[in-house]
Amino acid sequence: MDYNWNWSVFWDFAPGETSSYLHWLVTGTSWTLATTLVAFILALLIGGLVGTLRTSTLRPLVWLCNLYTEVFRNIPLLVQMFICFFVVPELLPVSMGDYLKQDLPYPSFFSAVVALTLFTSAKLSELFKAGIESVAGGQRGAALALGLRPTQMYLQVLLPQAIRVVFPPLTSEALNTLKNSSVALTIGLMELTAQARNVSEYSFNTFEAFTAATVIYVVISLLVTFVMGHIERSLAIRGATR
Amino acid sequence: MFDLDPSVIVRAMPALWNGLKFTLLLTLVAMSVGIVAGTFLALMRLSHNRVLRGFALGYVTVMRSIPLVLVIFWFYFLMPLLLQMAFGTERPVQIGPVVTAFVTFCMFEAAYYSEIIRGGIQSITGGQRQAAAALGLRPAQSMIYVILPQALRRMTPLLLTQTIILFQDTSLVYVLSIADFTGAASKFAQRDGRLVELYLFVALVYLVICYLLSSLTKRLKRNVGRTA
Amino acid sequence: MIQMKNLSKWYGNFQVLKNCTTELSRGEVMVVCGPSGSGKSTLIKCVNGLEPVQEGEIFIENQPVTGKGVDLPKLRARVGMVFQHFELFPHLSIIDNLNLAQIKVLGRDRDTATKKGMALLERVGLKSHAHKYPIQLSGGQQQRVAIARALAMDPIAMLFDEPTSALDPEMVHEVLDVMGELATDGMTMICVTHEMGFASKVADRIVFMDGGEIIEDVKSEEFFGAPRSDRARSFLSKILQH
Repeated sequence: MDYNWNWSVFWDFAPGETSSYLHWLVTGTSWTLATTLVAFILALLIGGLVGTLRTSTLRPLVWLCNLYTEVFRNIPLLVQMFICFFVVPELLPVSMGDYLKQDLPYPSFFSAVVALTLFTSAKLSELFKAGIESVAGGQRGAALALGLRPTQMYLQVLLPQAIRVVFPPLTSEALNTLKNSSVALTIGLMELTAQARNVSEYSFNTFEAFTAATVIYVVISLLVTFVMGHIERSLAIRGATR
Repeated sequence: MFDLDPSVIVRAMPALWNGLKFTLLLTLVAMSVGIVAGTFLALMRLSHNRVLRGFALGYVTVMRSIPLVLVIFWFYFLMPLLLQMAFGTERPVQIGPVVTAFVTFCMFEAAYYSEIIRGGIQSITGGQRQAAAALGLRPAQSMIYVILPQALRRMTPLLLTQTIILFQDTSLVYVLSIADFTGAASKFAQRDGRLVELYLFVALVYLVICYLLSSLTKRLKRNVGRTA
Repeated sequence: MIQMKNLSKWYGNFQVLKNCTTELSRGEVMVVCGPSGSGKSTLIKCVNGLEPVQEGEIFIENQPVTGKGVDLPKLRARVGMVFQHFELFPHLSIIDNLNLAQIKVLGRDRDTATKKGMALLERVGLKSHAHKYPIQLSGGQQQRVAIARALAMDPIAMLFDEPTSALDPEMVHEVLDVMGELATDGMTMICVTHEMGFASKVADRIVFMDGGEIIEDVKSEEFFGAPRSDRARSFLSKILQH
């Protein structure tokens, strides 16, 4: 077979290019990390809020948050990215639409982050709602009986306990966000998977290119799991038996 | 701003319907093969044989650490080369995007289903195993007639949830230019220049289908909770 | 018929059985009693090999249970066991619970198995429930089915591991009645139980355990009349106060 094994390909330059293949992969990894981090942190804030509000007693608020959650978690991420990138600029007033299409720097990154944030926040709201409901029960009644106001009850009693319950699936969703960032290659974001494909197309060292991408994803996954595990341990409430 | 032309949806309907059929077919096949393969992977993970256990652990870990898009590319670009090596043909064996899609999704989902099933098997208490063993059932018989039936029943809500995720993930065959539901809409949209109407329609259809499926799953979860 | 010689078992560093030796003849009913944690459940689970032993030997009709190369499933098919938590198979109907092992282990055909199963259900008074599922039965009914399930294998001996401990008080006697009938019909039985009333009426031998050791191993009349050890005396006085 005539496959050219060449593990040092990463230091080569593509014909006519000014940066090495390794540089391409590094750039791709940066975009992947940037998209993942920004989207996940925003999703955490939004999803945490929406999920918490869904456990409140105000019916219209619950209904609204349920609507948000159902819309953004039932539409595939790819379709959401297409809508952010292709459709929203068309639906906005002409001046805003033109800005998004022409003047906005890094439009792919922007759309990718918005879509990924909305999608992930809906999933996280489910997670938080389930977490709070699993500790609510008697705790809610006890807190109110002591005279705590609803906001205080949430912040001082329910959420601290819910955080512990929520952490393992939260780590799962963080890893999912990392993997989902790759979908953005369909709207032109040159993240890691896109760059790996590029390297393979220019150098024909397909195996090496995709192996590198695989290794990078696995390493980042392990790091994320490690960091989240560390945070979880530091948040653990000593003596809590539930 | 709102220069919408809903008639494009009507014109695209035949293409969209074919795309939806592909999406549903891919989902069903990947679910069926995935659950069967996933069961075998789960059993391998739990076996006493170190080789089987190691292989299953490695396979599941890698498949679950990398994006689906990357797995699709692995197969699409590398399977032809591997088959050329295996069969010694002159040129890389062309597989084609559709076969790639089916093989990739089955293998990918098997890893995810296997984790769910493994959790299910481990949740069946030791008492049941002991009762089966006390009756003289051999380990394989216990697994087939006592443990697995209970595990699969118990895990049905989670298996369904994973299937809904699978259904959404099928849209990623877009990277292979396959005309699934999303792909068909995209092709038609680019041809006619009417992205807004078609993409919004696609979003609506997915929304309705996934919402119905997840409501069904929630109801099932409540029922399973009652009889478990 | 059943012999245990010098059984010792450790869980890690904790010795749960200390040099236990006892013997049971055909048709005898042995009750094993003692305070919690005395090792009585562990002892009975060693008899059919559900728990391994590190030292000692066990023989059933001169066939070894311990040691290498023993076909445990074949041996277990000849000895029936009833568990504290019934352990019926929830996904199978009552009659299927009784049929499963008959068909898969003994190789009987479905009709023969069903006939046997129905006859046994009649014997324990539950024939009309044959096509129900375990969840539809009360605890006492489930345990009687469990006894029938074990009897369907035509065992040479029956092992009972605290069969009434998980039952509501009003259901205890229906299970003890079935066990009493079995004893009268000549079944060889080992029962781990707290029900000393049952023991005094039905048992031929009493084995009293404490801290992993067999303290007393005597005829039933001797035990209840005049226990030799202090520990047995104090145990009996606590139990019989009810």
